[in-house]
Amino acid sequence: MSESVYAQLLYLLCGGLLLASVLMLWRRQLSALISLLTAQGVILAGVAALLGTQDGGLELYAVALGVLILKGGVLPAVLRRVLADTGAARETQPLVNVPASLLAAALLTLLAYAVSRPLVELDPTPTTQAVPVGIAMVLLGFFLLVTRRRALSQVAGFLLLDNGIAATAFLVTAGVPVVVELAVSMDLLLVVLVLQVLTARLRATFGSTDLDELRELRD
Amino acid sequence: MDVLVITVPLAAPLVAAVVARARRRPSRAVGWVTVVAAFVILASGVIAAMLTVDGEALTVGSVLRIDALSAVMLIVIGSVGVIATWAGVAFVETELAAGHVDDSDLRRYATLVPGFLTAMVLAVLANNLGVLWAAVEATTIVTAFLVGHRRSRGSVEATWKYVVICSVGIALAYLGTILVYYAARQSSLPSSSALDWDQLATHANELDPGVMRIAFALLVLGYGAKGGMVPLHSWLPDAHSQAPAPVSALMSGVLLPVAVYALIRYRVIAAGSLDPSFVRTLLLAMALTSLALATSLIIAQRDYKRLLAYSSIEHMGLVVIGLAIGTPLAIAAGLLHILGHGLGKAVLFCGAGQVLVSERTTQIAEVRGLLARRPVLAGAFGTGFLALLGLPPFSLFASELGLARATADAGFAWVIAVALTLLLVVFVSITVHLVPMILGSEASGPGDTAAVGSPAPLLVGLMALIVLGVVAWPLDQLLRSASLIGGTP
Repeated sequence: MSESVYAQLLYLLCGGLLLASVLMLWRRQLSALISLLTAQGVILAGVAALLGTQDGGLELYAVALGVLILKGGVLPAVLRRVLADTGAARETQPLVNVPASLLAAALLTLLAYAVSRPLVELDPTPTTQAVPVGIAMVLLGFFLLVTRRRALSQVAGFLLLDNGIAATAFLVTAGVPVVVELAVSMDLLLVVLVLQVLTARLRATFGSTDLDELRELRD
Repeated sequence: MDVLVITVPLAAPLVAAVVARARRRPSRAVGWVTVVAAFVILASGVIAAMLTVDGEALTVGSVLRIDALSAVMLIVIGSVGVIATWAGVAFVETELAAGHVDDSDLRRYATLVPGFLTAMVLAVLANNLGVLWAAVEATTIVTAFLVGHRRSRGSVEATWKYVVICSVGIALAYLGTILVYYAARQSSLPSSSALDWDQLATHANELDPGVMRIAFALLVLGYGAKGGMVPLHSWLPDAHSQAPAPVSALMSGVLLPVAVYALIRYRVIAAGSLDPSFVRTLLLAMALTSLALATSLIIAQRDYKRLLAYSSIEHMGLVVIGLAIGTPLAIAAGLLHILGHGLGKAVLFCGAGQVLVSERTTQIAEVRGLLARRPVLAGAFGTGFLALLGLPPFSLFASELGLARATADAGFAWVIAVALTLLLVVFVSITVHLVPMILGSEASGPGDTAAVGSPAPLLVGLMALIVLGVVAWPLDQLLRSASLIGGTP
């Protein structure tokens, strides 16, 4: 594949990642959040596979397959089960309304470009030029996490943040060593499973998964 | 020999977890297996200390490695682990007797506690920084259901906050780890060793400062969250107050120090690649704000378990001040403080668990005149607080003195002034809270007849604190070697 085709494909995929992240701030429907996360997982696997075409080794294709299974399949399936169990389809009252969220998304993306300048400058290849997208996803995930009040939306925000970190890892170093990648994926899966059980417990003890109910403990 | 010293402390708690899992009903014997596992960790730590005290390091491949700094941490995990799991044997019995939870909950408890120890041992033995990260993250996963041991509203809430805040915090630390890997890959390091701490520490000056600055800030934020530091500290008082007493003891006494230990390792790399004043300012800002926050919440605290939790933030703040100063003396004092605080908090949290059984409340105002009714428990609880407040002859006195001296030597007298003022406020507030709890003449309490468990682990912990405070002998050589690894002149 020629260098320019590769770069254009990569930027297309990264654009898709960023678009999916911004859409997550826009949509209130919890099922839409899960679909967007699924799409993001698939695109992320595409990024890994595309890097594999440049790298020449088989390792990245294996990683791409792993990402596809975990982030495009297993994690969304877990979230769908949580959604089916809780039955709450919509975000009730987000702390920040939609226009303000989208404005914040724009500002956070600009911020991501500003802070990742040293990262791009160290090794200015077409691949690292796209790093700000990964950092922007991290910031947007953090924003989603702190502004939504449903348990499931918080989990979605956490996964968006994690996708951002995975994207950054692919773009700066074509992924981390496989041992680390495996350990990290294992941890991620377990955290989501723990959160699944906790959501069920929240519903059993508080009668809803609205996190505003959590006010037993304070000073 | 290397392989044995490294694998035994990992395998022992793992075996204990498997044994606990295999038993249908939790029993006394299972509890003792965990105590033995903790003791094996302590013994391995001592053996590792003897082998590494001259500055050597034992390795298995490039992934696992023990040097004097890891040996100190193994000793911390082992000694706090012995006290906490020993007190845990009685805890399981009182839980069974009281009927709060069923067999499957207790079986999970008995499996997860040694699992928790395994993850922490792995964290301090890891040479690969990715493995270190994964081990610290694993502690969150393992302890989630320990914090949520009882399914009350409070404990579910605490667990949710704990898992979400710590996972996010630690995710930021992972991003930092990736950026360190990126900087290393762009330097002369081969990709196979670009995440190995020993390689990174030797080649720190080749790493790009622009990338390392972002990476270090993320790592401080992320591991700081796990260590209970501002700004991602809010999980700590909830989790520590809701978890069963032995788990609180382990979280406060060992888990927070393991997160700080990760920062000690990273500071060595950062000191070699970044402007020292950036590193110092970042760590000092985090430490002093944490200290101030903990102090302000201790003053009017109504719940004695939360009081202990905020005191953990306060003491970790002191250790991070030592880390910010970063000279060998400061690191040595910080490590001694970690050990002293771990032992003290193990005694106090386990003591608080027994007070809870006896008084059936965690409110400070409702516990009165404990000394008259339960003299041994009240004595141990009160003495533990004296140790925690930094009075001689306990070892926290020596370590706080060391921290102050190291800070003064580095020319940061204002930091000592601020920290000492805050410590004085904490001293007065805790004394005001504590005196009526211990003294006074309440004739009877709600749980006077309840069996609260043996005071032996508490007394052993206090003895260890006195020994460490009076004679530095068993540890001074080791601390010196460890401080040369973790400190920079």
